[in-house]
Amino acid sequence: MRWIWIDKFLEFESGRRAVALKNVTLAEDHLHDHFPGFPIMPECLMIEAMAQTAGILVGESRRFEEKVILAKIKKAAFYHYVRPGDTLTLHAEIESIAPEAASTVGEIRRGDELIAQISLMFSHVDKNLAGKKFPEENFVFTDMFHSLLTGFVETHPETERLR
Amino acid sequence: MAMSREEIYEQVKEALVDALGLDDEDITPEATLMGDLGAESIDFLDIVFRLEKAFNIKVPREELFPAEGVLNNPEYVSGGKVTEKGLAELRAKMPHTDLSEFEADPDVNKIADLFTVQAIVNFIESKVNG
Repeated sequence: MRWIWIDKFLEFESGRRAVALKNVTLAEDHLHDHFPGFPIMPECLMIEAMAQTAGILVGESRRFEEKVILAKIKKAAFYHYVRPGDTLTLHAEIESIAPEAASTVGEIRRGDELIAQISLMFSHVDKNLAGKKFPEENFVFTDMFHSLLTGFVETHPETERLR
Repeated sequence: MAMSREEIYEQVKEALVDALGLDDEDITPEATLMGDLGAESIDFLDIVFRLEKAFNIKVPREELFPAEGVLNNPEYVSGGKVTEKGLAELRAKMPHTDLSEFEADPDVNKIADLFTVQAIVNFIESKVNG
């Protein structure tokens, strides 16, 4: 099982930008501990949600041929608490992309309200190993990630093969 | 339009401060990226992206930081030292870096010291003012 921190994509422009949606609910176990009587979404999971939104955007732009790994949090600033019942939108844009890596900028919003700004760097891990070997199969982009994109991007033969 | 060396230095400094989370005064021309400024491999790509944006140029990573390619080639490294062939390769690929000190003792562990703020400024100057 993978912990998926976005519920669906709302917009997806290949190689450029994407908007994903996340509904926060008290059915998420960890909110009962974070904190008892004062449930708020942990900031680290907002970063994870952005990493998934932006990571899929980066991965799709190279047809999921690269293993895209979160390598660096360039910026993470949080302006409001996020509570059960909130609907978040995650707006991610590719800033730069090269054979070895990509950088993205992004915002998390609740309606028009800015919740967080999160800028990330992703490594195309096979290109940055100085000769070390990783497994052949793409363990980053599992079926669940692919299914999030249903209806947004044409299925490439390469991604079909990975399924 | 040609840029002055000071202008280039200031923008390189800004890119390094932002990429590495440093203060302005941490950056000196002689500072080494890894040793003094604490840069890790992913930071090099971050720096490359920031320089591309700041100067509106293309910066192939292997051009600015070519040492990886040299270190991974067994012909260029032997017994922890960069070979004569490897040194020739470094000279060819790093015309913007002063290699004289390194050539006296080409220990692979010291290769990191070649990447200084100065070397980046030299590289950008050659790109921008061609």
